[in-house]
Amino acid sequence: MKLHEYQSKQLFAQRGVPIPKGRVAASADEARAIAIELGGRVVIKSQVLVGGRGKAGGIKLAKTPQEAEDLATQILSMTIKGLPVRKVLVDEAADIKKEIYFGITNDRAARRPVVICSAEGGVEIEEVARTNPAAIVREYIDPIMGLRDYQVRNIALNIGLPREHWKMFGQIASGLYQTYLDTDATLAEINPLVIMGDGRLLALDGKIVLDDNALFRHPDLAEMRDLDEESPQETEARKYGLSYVKLDGEIGCLVNGAGLAMGTMDIVKHFGGAPANFLDIGGGAGADKVTAALRIILSDPKVRVILINIFGGITRCDEVARGILAAMKEVGVNLPMVVRLVGTNEEEGRRLLEDAHLITATSLADAAQKAVAAAKG
Amino acid sequence: MSILVNKDTRLLVQGITGREGLFHTRQMIAYGTRVVAGVTPGKGGEWVEDKVPVFDTAKAAVDSTGANCAIIYVPAKFAPDAMYEAADAGIPLIVCISDWIPVHDMMKVRQYLDQKGVTLIGPNCPGLLTPGEAKVGIIPGHIARPGHVGIVSRSGTLTYEVIAALTASGLGQSTCVGIGGDPVKGLNFIDVLALFEGDPQTEKVVMIGEIGGNDEERAAEFIARKMTKPVVAFVAGQTAPPGKRMGHAGAIIEGGSGTAADKIAALEAARVKVARHPEEIPALLK
Repeated sequence: MKLHEYQSKQLFAQRGVPIPKGRVAASADEARAIAIELGGRVVIKSQVLVGGRGKAGGIKLAKTPQEAEDLATQILSMTIKGLPVRKVLVDEAADIKKEIYFGITNDRAARRPVVICSAEGGVEIEEVARTNPAAIVREYIDPIMGLRDYQVRNIALNIGLPREHWKMFGQIASGLYQTYLDTDATLAEINPLVIMGDGRLLALDGKIVLDDNALFRHPDLAEMRDLDEESPQETEARKYGLSYVKLDGEIGCLVNGAGLAMGTMDIVKHFGGAPANFLDIGGGAGADKVTAALRIILSDPKVRVILINIFGGITRCDEVARGILAAMKEVGVNLPMVVRLVGTNEEEGRRLLEDAHLITATSLADAAQKAVAAAKG
Repeated sequence: MSILVNKDTRLLVQGITGREGLFHTRQMIAYGTRVVAGVTPGKGGEWVEDKVPVFDTAKAAVDSTGANCAIIYVPAKFAPDAMYEAADAGIPLIVCISDWIPVHDMMKVRQYLDQKGVTLIGPNCPGLLTPGEAKVGIIPGHIARPGHVGIVSRSGTLTYEVIAALTASGLGQSTCVGIGGDPVKGLNFIDVLALFEGDPQTEKVVMIGEIGGNDEERAAEFIARKMTKPVVAFVAGQTAPPGKRMGHAGAIIEGGSGTAADKIAALEAARVKVARHPEEIPALLK
């Protein structure tokens, strides 16, 4: 789950990272009021959960409150990479002398957190990695020992940070790391961290990505989720503990297991069809989850066929069959359904579905071909 | 021979009296696995199926029964503790089925287990199956047959597909290893490929990858340099959009890396035959 810039910066600020004065606004009037309150020049920043906001014209400098209002009107009417802008952050403008990239993320291969820092800040770190990899400094953190002060000094030295900034840099490093830990982040990033004309350091932009697996112990952070940034189906799926990703095709897929769900989408495409979604009902799903899953798939008007592919391990085929029957009764499925049930309690599952007038399949290829044929017919 | 588990494996089940733990303990016993003990705090002294003693702690279970492998069926919230407990009780091989464990926890667990020299499989995995000998996990036993193909996979149910397809075409399996779909986990492709390379029973290997990370690319490099046995692969997620977590915590294309196309290209460059869909795998092995 991604947090907005204004949310991320608040979390950083609570842990000692200096951020610009500013507030979020949902209207141009509010933006004007904030600009008057801050006095002087302000930056109007669109709050959408995608990168490249600046390039898209979603970040603008305003010299007067009137200009702040005009620019806010303009930015609030924009759509950036498919996401409508609903909020802007109005921040005091900073006198930027130098931009630094400073982030902590989980390194999958190294199985530990890594601090990534570069004197070439202000652009995406992936771009620096492509154009000037030598400008990126990495410091791995022992997950049990944590980030140590000497490691922060290593980083400061290796990015060539002048010594007069080390103390402030150390405070920011510790605030960044504490935020990463406290929020169970998979990414906590300050980009840019700026050195200003007066010598102060300031986190101008911030980004935090949370580990969905850890949200159970962070109810306060889970509440920060911006439901406007996802489809209603995704919101509904999460409520039932289902993994759902909407795609563009016509064949609605209901599968147990993420790998098999992806494999099912792939084979549908292989036989000339287009999957409407990724949907994993998870391990050990009961009838209620299956009912919810079918409801979600059916709420997508593009869906013409439903393909159910269950290979039971921890999931029991009889439970899934009961869910299918319950959903058919509850929501009235009028679309063709191709069903394949294999694995734990498969005989019982098949017996339950005998009278339900479904298209049955034995192999995965068979199921995919029948679904593709039904979508075309 | 086989890898990791066999008929001599003495299994301890953590979370044995829970809904999933009990269901799968029965299945493992029915398969012939030697389930010697279970742990559920507060239920020490009880028995499961009249033959498996339940203990309050892993230490007590290991002391009384000599268990040498632990399987974990407890909810994510308690799973890290269960892994630490099994490791401290002296268990050398831990298999963690539990899903939804925070990655910060897993980084610490893995670090601790590495320091103790403990082998971990999972989490968020279907476990291990050595056909005809031992089932340590949730892979349906009836779809597998003893044979000479080793399977290693990041997926659960997709692995069952492949096992069933192999069995249907007369290809038995030496050991099936589900390494799990999390970004930070125990054994990885390379570790398991090395075990298969050294296992006399295994003649060929099937590797099932998916989008996210670069484990498949690293495996391709390992195969090119170190493997003499033929490897056939499948990579799930060719139709997955970037930036979206596809169920598994580890299955996400980030910053343009971790795509199925990159992984397939790396594997093909290492002369691995890559199937276009799972049911093509048996033909590629022949």
